[in-house]
Amino acid sequence: MDAAEAPTQMPTRPLIDICGVAKTYSGGTHALQGIDLAVRQGEFLSLLGPSGCGKSTLLRLIAGLGEPSAGRIEWPSATYDAAGRPERSLGFVFQEPTLMPWATVFDNVFLPLRLAGQRRRAVALRVEEAIAQVGLGGFARAYPRQLSGGMRMRVSIARALVMHPKVLLMDEPFAALDEITRMRLNDDLLRLWQAGHWTVIFVTHSVYESAFLSSRIAVMGARPGRIAELIEVPAPYPRDEAFRTSAEYNEYCRRTSAALRATLPDAGALP
Amino acid sequence: MDDNAPLPPGLRIIVPLLLGGVMLALWQGLVWWLEVPKFVLPAPTLIAQSLYNDWGTLIVSLWITLRITLMAFVIALVCGVALAVLSAQSRLVEISIFPYAVMLQVTPVVAIAPLILIWVGLEHIDRALLILATIVAFFPILSNTTLGLKSVDHNLRDLFVLYGAGAGQRLRLLQLPTALPYLLAGMKISGGLALIGAVVAEFVAGSGTGAGLAWRIIESANRLNIPRMFAALILLSALGIVIFLLMAGLQTMLLRHWHESAVRRER
Repeated sequence: MDAAEAPTQMPTRPLIDICGVAKTYSGGTHALQGIDLAVRQGEFLSLLGPSGCGKSTLLRLIAGLGEPSAGRIEWPSATYDAAGRPERSLGFVFQEPTLMPWATVFDNVFLPLRLAGQRRRAVALRVEEAIAQVGLGGFARAYPRQLSGGMRMRVSIARALVMHPKVLLMDEPFAALDEITRMRLNDDLLRLWQAGHWTVIFVTHSVYESAFLSSRIAVMGARPGRIAELIEVPAPYPRDEAFRTSAEYNEYCRRTSAALRATLPDAGALP
Repeated sequence: MDDNAPLPPGLRIIVPLLLGGVMLALWQGLVWWLEVPKFVLPAPTLIAQSLYNDWGTLIVSLWITLRITLMAFVIALVCGVALAVLSAQSRLVEISIFPYAVMLQVTPVVAIAPLILIWVGLEHIDRALLILATIVAFFPILSNTTLGLKSVDHNLRDLFVLYGAGAGQRLRLLQLPTALPYLLAGMKISGGLALIGAVVAEFVAGSGTGAGLAWRIIESANRLNIPRMFAALILLSALGIVIFLLMAGLQTMLLRHWHESAVRRER
């Protein structure tokens, strides 16, 4: 697929087609309303918004964890299984590392393969490879509690990548980490994404993070949760330290920030 | 002094032993000084002598009590975990079982004993003892394991859904490991309760084919053989301590890599 070579280029068929999706919880909360979004093959898409705008809800719906109250989420290029569900081929990274504390790094990364019925011996190399990919070579036998927060998050990413997914869904994965760790993980994530040719949907509440990482930003507003604006960030990859300090990056941050501010009900009262 | 300061190794053993020695000496001295009759309070030396002389009888009784305790514990463990797993699969099973489990737990075992005795028949008192001890030991396993199975991390549960895990995989790879620390805590309580159950049951139901330690205590009391009564008591508490230590050891062994309760921290 040539779209993978040029992530920011628009292919004819979207990878995921989200049409008029709404989600209302049984309590009557309108978490999402009228969401239309076409996720492109190979792009790095951020869902940016304040808390309560439904960005995590949207991500979970895309993952198939819950059904939308209205509208539909289609995977035009996916094959469908016997039950008529799309075979989504996705990895999910939660806000917390969400590792099994009783299992070693190896066993945690092995989990998706194990659930798919693979034997440990047959996929050991593949698991080791995924662990090395996120820079944790040599830690396969460590237990999660022996690792730092950043390293645990790396294990979580390795677990998502071990299945070679087409789409990586990330729900504020670095929000709980310190600034320095987060910057390093951002760099490494971009490197992996460029090498791996997959698509990323990345939920964040940080303007700076989204502008640095994304090829496109969906700015969301709250009450009801909606997509307010789509901002293209056509700056070329690889993006590095030079980009982080450039005037161009600054300009994207400013525009994104303005779009985010416009979604808030009382723009003047922003702290 | 800082309460958290590390103690020199060995002190944890030496200090209690020292205290015990002092208390024993005090006991011996007082009994001798005040000339307390041995059927009221025998001197420690007399108890030791009785332990030595009656060792043959006592060790048989110890074995009988131990056997009932262990069997009751194992049955309670298997049934408790099985029922907990069953009720974790379906909320309907859970709400139907639980009230009866609670009923069984809160009804004093002493009060059920005569009924059980009639049911199993007077010629099978061993079975009655086993059933009564099992009833006592069963509940902590059931309630702790049920709680543990329900304590699964929500995100991990979602992850298992995402990767299409079956119910069996979810139970084996997610719910049971999550429940393990809870189960072990339940086992620690149950181990002690099984012993208590075995002793109380024997007090109430009498001895079966052979006399357990509880029966030795009753018998010694009837004969005013107080030193032997003390000897039997010492064996009982030693048995309880061994059971507790075994459970604590098992807990540390299984949890030391990952659970906060068993991990050693360096300061």
